Amino acid sequence: MGLQIDIQNRVLVANLSGEMDHHQTERMRAQIDAAFEKSSCRHILLNMAEITFMDSSGIGLIIGRYKNAEKRGGKLALAEMSDPIARLFEISGLAKIVLKTVTVTDALLVLGGTQNE
Amino acid sequence: MNDNFIKLEIEAKSENVSLARVVAAGFLTPWDATVGEVTDIKTAISEAVTNAIIHGYAGAADSSIVTMELSVKENILSIKISDKGVGIEDIESAKEPLFTTKPEMERSGLGFTVMESFMDDVKIESNPGAGTTVTMTRKLGAFK
Ligand SMILES: Nc1ncnc2c1ncn2[C@@H]1O[C@H](COP(=O)(O)OP(=O)(O)OP(=O)(O)O)[C@@H](O)[C@H]1O
Ligand SMILES: [Mg+2]
Repeated sequence: MGLQIDIQNRVLVANLSGEMDHHQTERMRAQIDAAFEKSSCRHILLNMAEITFMDSSGIGLIIGRYKNAEKRGGKLALAEMSDPIARLFEISGLAKIVLKTVTVTDALLVLGGTQNE
Repeated sequence: MNDNFIKLEIEAKSENVSLARVVAAGFLTPWDATVGEVTDIKTAISEAVTNAIIHGYAGAADSSIVTMELSVKENILSIKISDKGVGIEDIESAKEPLFTTKPEMERSGLGFTVMESFMDDVKIESNPGAGTTVTMTRKLGAFK
């Protein structure tokens, strides 16, 4: 469980792992926000590949990071969602505000394309 | 498979929610539930137990107990999650998608919506000042 963050192409990439429940999202949120704050990135990409469980606490985290990116005129993208996470994504209506991509590379391409809008 | 029943009492701490999920997954093992079924059930339990901790007891763990009861009778799983916390004033509004009393905690107000979409039936009983009980059922093996 944990979080590894790097910056690629001026996109803040958060590689999440573990269970996105109330307990673990608190720390994930603090780490993502601190890194975003320090960076000059506009976009945030959440790599969900290593997430083994998610409930509505994860939806809350996603909406919160979307708002932070939006404040800088950026977007939030989610990559590598498993089937159960994709289902929660649909139920919650996140599809309206968050970019859903298959791989991290896809996400960087899409976000790169919106960099100079 | 024989009918079965367990009751688990946990202190209202956020790190205990994952334990409730693991216990439920273990309880389901003899029923040969699909991975999808187990995930749905774990998610619904996670929602109800988290609600008991953060809303019912507002994060105060001291001598606050959340109870989880699981039973299976003829392929029907029943889950009962109860707390003796603050209770819910207006159950109808609480069930509305996006309704939350804790927006500052980044809650999205989707917990009950998730429970209702993942379980066959969700019932909420609550009395302000006395506590809340959420009862959910799900037919096992429905997709086999
Ligand atoms: N056990 C409980 N005790 C007291 N109030 C509760 C309880 N469960 C739910 N509620 C109330 O019902 C509201 C809706 O619950 P729901 O789980 O749908 O959303 P949420 O917990 O606020 O947000 P989310 O689950 O998306 O993080 C809560 O905001 C809270 O006011
Ligand atoms: Mg909730």
